[in-house]
Amino acid sequence: MIFREEGSKENEEPCHEKKAQASKYDFMNVSINKTGPAVICDSLTKVYGKEKTLAVDKVSFTVNPGELFGLIGPDGAGKTSIFRMLTTLLLPDGGSAKVDGLDVVKDYKAIRNTVGYMPGKFSLYQDLSIEENLNFFATVFNTTVEENYHLIKDIYVQIEPFKKRRAGKLSGGMKQKLALCCALIHKPTVLFLDEPTTGVDPVSRKEFWEMLKRLKAQNITIVVSTPYMDEATLCDRIALIQNGKILSIDTPDQIVKDYPSDLFAVKSEHIYQLKNDLAAFPVALSSYSFGEYLHVSAAREGQPEKTSRMIQVYLSEKGHKDIVIKEIEPTIEDCFIRFLAGDETEIVKS
Amino acid sequence: MKETVIKTDKLTKRFGDFIATNEISFEVYKGEIFGFLGANGAGKTTAMRMLCGLSTPSSGKAEIAGFDVYKQTEQIKKNIGYMSQKFSLYEDLTVLENIRFFGGIYGLTDLQLKTKSEELITQLGLASEAKKLVASLPLGWKQKLSFSVAILHEPKIVFLDEPTGGVDPITRRQFWDMIYEASNRGITIFVTTHYMDEAEYCNRVSIMVDGKIEALDTPHRLKEQFKSDSMDDVFYQLARKATRSDN
Repeated sequence: MIFREEGSKENEEPCHEKKAQASKYDFMNVSINKTGPAVICDSLTKVYGKEKTLAVDKVSFTVNPGELFGLIGPDGAGKTSIFRMLTTLLLPDGGSAKVDGLDVVKDYKAIRNTVGYMPGKFSLYQDLSIEENLNFFATVFNTTVEENYHLIKDIYVQIEPFKKRRAGKLSGGMKQKLALCCALIHKPTVLFLDEPTTGVDPVSRKEFWEMLKRLKAQNITIVVSTPYMDEATLCDRIALIQNGKILSIDTPDQIVKDYPSDLFAVKSEHIYQLKNDLAAFPVALSSYSFGEYLHVSAAREGQPEKTSRMIQVYLSEKGHKDIVIKEIEPTIEDCFIRFLAGDETEIVKS
Repeated sequence: MKETVIKTDKLTKRFGDFIATNEISFEVYKGEIFGFLGANGAGKTTAMRMLCGLSTPSSGKAEIAGFDVYKQTEQIKKNIGYMSQKFSLYEDLTVLENIRFFGGIYGLTDLQLKTKSEELITQLGLASEAKKLVASLPLGWKQKLSFSVAILHEPKIVFLDEPTGGVDPITRRQFWDMIYEASNRGITIFVTTHYMDEAEYCNRVSIMVDGKIEALDTPHRLKEQFKSDSMDDVFYQLARKATRSDN
């Protein structure tokens, strides 16, 4: 895990001052803050309602400049609350956060000038056309579409044929692209994308991530959230999050490497019976459906072949035919499941 | 002989010059889990709306639970259940009120409602939440509750429109266990999803591209046909050919 608290403290004051001065006359000039982290959350907390529901529970993480950082977790994990606090739209109830060295509470005006935010819910003006929305957002940020056209060109050419169409009349995919253009048009230093791919089909999701890669190449820091675990591997680093708490922060590779057990993909002729039999198999720490296979984890004892044979023998005794057992590398989803289940692996034995 | 519960023949929906759903023909059998896949804008929603009796087809035929989609839409509605992530339950009603409300709409008697509600709340382990507003439940519980409510009246077919979007991986799997149980009881499941691992859990899968059904078979045979080892790849091979898209 990476919490660069000390480094950030050294940097935060000078950056803050420079930033504040700069933003008086030229809030676009953000290159001065390339030394410190782009985002720092320190025990960030948000509580909702009479019942004091902890939506965000002491969340700490750091995003480096130019990084593509993913918040991976299901709905209700607290992702949107974190985004709204970082974009100064929601006040934290505890802890602190900085974006580009600026405090999300004290310096909210400066932050609003420099960050880009694409909310999960479509929030552009439905009655304005594509072109009008884009011009509007450029004007609000005191710039022009021409000035930063290079940033959005890739994406904008795809919706340009419809530029006279009202935003409210666009399809989901086109709305998403317009929203991304509007969030980029003032050349933000940090781009916050809240679930940009939710409800989007796998092909369009792939395209969207290609666009993000190209933006990253332009040196924009991107913080993106998603409930799709398979997208995690496309990020530089990820935070797995559930119930307002971070389960793990690291590179996707490292999270996979840290998976503590051996993992096998198992299938046989009767997948339903297989499910029940594996649930009753003491060697299996957990077993759950994963596509056409069941994933079975077992204690790592340095001899996966032996474990594999034990599973084979057990299933043969239970009368299974066409048994396939493969030792596999865990996916981020496997890691997430393990974090959720913790030691209570029984939960996963469904 | 397998009992057919959904049968369409060149079912088509036009909006002006645009053919949203283009001559789709397929059958779904009793108790089957049928995955209805396609890219955004491929015509899935339009097709589903016709199958649910909510939209009149432009041409072609379809029978749902033995009822005609042109003339017998009211009977269709009584014999199906429906849930989606967007609309499922009333957030401002409690768990119990939602069950009573939907049960009432589907014509359950007071006595049936009473037994059914108790049964359901015990099954889902929601006893202490029964009198809480649905808004206060975590998404995963909402989705499980909403599925149970959609099959409260023991419909012949239940239509699930992206039921697991945004749900955590464990709850997603528990949700599929509920689907299997319902299917074992003989309820036909018609489901759309963007999770390709879930396509593997279906008995058969259809993939729509530009308004047409381009592939329909068991996940196993589809993978053979497209020479690939995952449904994700099968989907990608087909959907990337789309000329029309939502994007």
